Amino acid sequence: MRPLFPFHGGIHPAEHKSPSTQHGIAVAPLPARLVVTLRQHSGSPASPVVAVGDQVLKGQLIGAAEGLISSSVHAPSSGRVVAIEKQPAPHVSGLPDLSIVLETDGEERWVERQKMDFCNTDPALLRQHFQDMGVVGLGGAVFPSHVKLNASGLDTLVINAAECEPFISCDDMLMRERAAEVVKGISIAQYIMGAREVLIGIEDNKPQAIAAMQAACEETGFEVVAVPTLYPSGSAKQLIKLLTGKEVTSGGHPTQMGIQCFNVATVYTMHRVINHGEPVISRLVTLTGNMDEPRNYEVLIGTPIGDLLKLARPKADTTGYLMGGPMMGVPLLDLSVPVVKATNCIIATSQALFPPLPRAMPCIRCARCAQACPAELQPQELFWFSKSRNFEKAREYKLFDCIECGCCNYVCPSHIPLVQFYRFAKSEMLAHEKDRKAADLARERHEFREFRQEREKQEKAARHAAKAAEMAAKAAETTAGSGESVAGADDAAAAKKAAIQAAIERAKAKKAAVKPQNVDDLPAEAQAKIDEIDLRRAQASETAGQRVAIQKSDEGQGA
Amino acid sequence: MSMNSPLVAEQATVNVIMLKVLAALLPAIAVYVFFFGPAILVSILLASVAALLTEAAVLHLRRYPLRVYLLDGSALVTAWLLALSIPPLAPWWLVVVGTVFAILVAKHLYGGLGNNLFNPAMVGFAALMISFPSHMTHWPAPDMLAQSHWSFTQQMDFMFGGEFPAGDRLDAITMATPLDTLKTQLHLDREISEIQSGKIFSILSGKGTEIIALFYLLGGLFLWQQRIISWHIPASFLAAMFGTAGLFYLFDPGHYASPMFHLFAGGTMLGAFFIATDYVTSPTTPMGKLIFGAGIGVSAYVIRVLGGYPDGVAFAVLFLNSAVPLIDAYTQPRVFGHAGKWFKGGKE
Amino acid sequence: MLNALLVMIGLAVVLGAVLGFASLKFRVEGNPLVEKVDAILPQIQCGQCGYPGCKPYAEAISAGNSAINLCAPGGEAVMLRLADLLGVDPQPLAADAALPKPKQVALIDEQTCIGCTLCLQACPVDAIAGAAKQMHTIIASECTGCELCLPPCPVDCITMETVDEGLGGWKWKYPVYPISEEEKDTEVTS
Repeated sequence: MRPLFPFHGGIHPAEHKSPSTQHGIAVAPLPARLVVTLRQHSGSPASPVVAVGDQVLKGQLIGAAEGLISSSVHAPSSGRVVAIEKQPAPHVSGLPDLSIVLETDGEERWVERQKMDFCNTDPALLRQHFQDMGVVGLGGAVFPSHVKLNASGLDTLVINAAECEPFISCDDMLMRERAAEVVKGISIAQYIMGAREVLIGIEDNKPQAIAAMQAACEETGFEVVAVPTLYPSGSAKQLIKLLTGKEVTSGGHPTQMGIQCFNVATVYTMHRVINHGEPVISRLVTLTGNMDEPRNYEVLIGTPIGDLLKLARPKADTTGYLMGGPMMGVPLLDLSVPVVKATNCIIATSQALFPPLPRAMPCIRCARCAQACPAELQPQELFWFSKSRNFEKAREYKLFDCIECGCCNYVCPSHIPLVQFYRFAKSEMLAHEKDRKAADLARERHEFREFRQEREKQEKAARHAAKAAEMAAKAAETTAGSGESVAGADDAAAAKKAAIQAAIERAKAKKAAVKPQNVDDLPAEAQAKIDEIDLRRAQASETAGQRVAIQKSDEGQGA
Repeated sequence: MSMNSPLVAEQATVNVIMLKVLAALLPAIAVYVFFFGPAILVSILLASVAALLTEAAVLHLRRYPLRVYLLDGSALVTAWLLALSIPPLAPWWLVVVGTVFAILVAKHLYGGLGNNLFNPAMVGFAALMISFPSHMTHWPAPDMLAQSHWSFTQQMDFMFGGEFPAGDRLDAITMATPLDTLKTQLHLDREISEIQSGKIFSILSGKGTEIIALFYLLGGLFLWQQRIISWHIPASFLAAMFGTAGLFYLFDPGHYASPMFHLFAGGTMLGAFFIATDYVTSPTTPMGKLIFGAGIGVSAYVIRVLGGYPDGVAFAVLFLNSAVPLIDAYTQPRVFGHAGKWFKGGKE
Repeated sequence: MLNALLVMIGLAVVLGAVLGFASLKFRVEGNPLVEKVDAILPQIQCGQCGYPGCKPYAEAISAGNSAINLCAPGGEAVMLRLADLLGVDPQPLAADAALPKPKQVALIDEQTCIGCTLCLQACPVDAIAGAAKQMHTIIASECTGCELCLPPCPVDCITMETVDEGLGGWKWKYPVYPISEEEKDTEVTS
């Protein structure tokens, strides 16, 4: 028996996992429309590489990764691109996000799939391949996996199969039914990172998954560790502490201490990518809660959640829907939002399952939250500072170490929405930081500009002095009128004005001269657009002309 | 209903906590009645009514929802603790003035539930102690020691009208408390062993009072078992008092009472388990709780032995209450993933 | 009597020495208040306050020569933070400046631009790239949205575009946490 190193705090809410594990994984039917948001992952969104009207094949790249912290997205099925526009997205803000809308043709024609012999491939190439195939953490944070894989000579590879949030059972079912494939995925991650030891942490409320994984891990040297059922053991930092006794330093990476952690569903997609050549275009989603037929489904990314829900038949008294678990999930305000790579579970809520919480009372400083906090923070202090917008203090008391797991909220006898206050304070602080950086940049540039102007002035003065000395020397030779230099300055200003006027005229002439190309047989709306633009240009040059005229007349009066 | 996570929570509420505190006091109150008669129940009732009425009036003025906040039980806890701290036969107005002062000044003028710096019951007690010292020192003798036994109606006549039964004097039923006796007798240059042979003393401390203290201890253990209070404050309080008293006792057993006597005398047990552990006015960090409890234990002993008042728990609690923000700021525990043992709030 | 005098004189000497030492040891260089005020100002450099940039305005405020409610882009938030820093009463913003504007950046219509460099000279943060007779363009990431480039342009080819930050600019709201009617009132005013 491997010794465990319990983390501080934690809670044990009612599990509600069994309803959705009564039946095996089913495959959700192909929807008529797929909405693939380009922000499927944390980091910068992918940029579209297809155009409206394009025919795409299943698994074809439709959005390419932008920068390092980004990942690609692929067509989940074959069909036609009908729109690239902002669509409702399953984000807590309820704001729409840029998405590619596909109309499926029902033929499920694949792109050419290339398997890889990973054992004889450079890990750097594999990492690049994972980025191109859209592999991201499927535990919920959707951080691009190729970034996390960038380490070698690891001591321990931790596979996170704890699945600690109530209701969710997709990882459980994945391990029960596809343990062998999961283990193949683990081998790939182990190869890339050169991990000496592999620990698979599974909460002890999933005996079937533990048994299946143990059977599949025979002769691999991977160790399945049953960990006590205690939320949030599925949080990466807490699981690493639990299994290895090491704490990931605040703001640091686990690789600094020779550890890395991947979700079990993520390594499964690594297996699909390498051994089947399939990009990440589907995932397991638990449909549960107040439903007649709760079950786990294999769902194409982009499937509208409203379509999906029909499979599990929500009961009539359903009050709402939640994406993710009840502790950290996101409310779904609009059921037209699509499944994304982060969608592990959809819960139908009801009064019976989620009784309304008692009225919030003032904080009585009972410190139960501090006893429950797995990050060993003092939530009551953080609440006080967040509530009074005392963000500097909140930072000193390490608000950014808060993982928003909700344990404090769960135990609070005053039922204060603590996590809401932390989210508010964090997003305000991040926004302040952004503003401050912008202000610093502007200040720097403004100060440099003043410095530059001063320098130019001095240079000019030096030049003038030199010239004046020269002139004086000349003047000594030939006597000259006293008003000449003033007239010279006037001349210079007039010359400049004339030059500007000439430039305007030239621009006008150029515009008139340029014959637009490819304008024969234009559709009516394009022609209308061009006309509109021409009109605007004409107006602009007209006003410019007027303005110059006015300036001239002003000068005339002044003179 | 807000749909933002987390959507589940324990159903425990503030009033459940407060009710458990009240329940933990009940056995001790029963023993109190056994030794000193039912007058204490009237005191508790008076204090409760006064507290609830004051609370309701202030809540109304501050436009707080009455039902929720009256039922939170915090006013009742204040009332009961105050009633148990003052002499059971105290005149009715003393109880009422103390309670109103506690709720109005110590609690609501500081911002109400969760915002008061000082323990309201102890502020009420201190106000009475300073304003009406003679009333606050008339403790009745335990039933078995009293010269005369008043009936319940006679006790009520005294409490509400200040009338003695014909031919009786106040002295007939009151008696100096063990701590009081100790203090006055020591001034007369008598030895501890000599003083403690007096009839009010018993094995641990005073006859009757030691049993009540024992039941406060049991009630406190119940609260600990229910995870309402943590062990830190009571343990460090009692240990510090035991340690300080022990030092003095070792130094000169003739003039300093034994540590066991101090643990079971006066307000030690009530203070350690029910008063010092008040969430709002005690530190929240484990280290802070230990410092806070130890501070009370030492100061209570010092005030008891060297100060002018017979008992020092109330003043020690108030004294340490004022240090709570400081203690909290300097005892912030280490955060997950950070180096060091703990950090000083605002530094590092 | 003599003792008392000696004690008082002794105290005066000792305390005087302490004060003198402290004034040397903890002397503050420059005027840190200007820096603090400048740190609060948004550095748009728009000049709407009547000073030629944020720093001059900060100097004027620090010297007590200017009101704290003149910064239009900073709006109420900046005014409140200034009031807090300087310990003065908040002052209402001028009526035309009270409305907070969304973040904007300037955009040059490159078809119309004649390359006159007038806007380059107006830009307080050198966020416009270009040269004489060359088309100019605005470096959006450096633009503070001060609008100072709009008036000098002879062909009115510069427009202000609102920056749509989408999901990236979204923030969590202050939680609604009704304790009492009293608290609601203070929440609104604060």
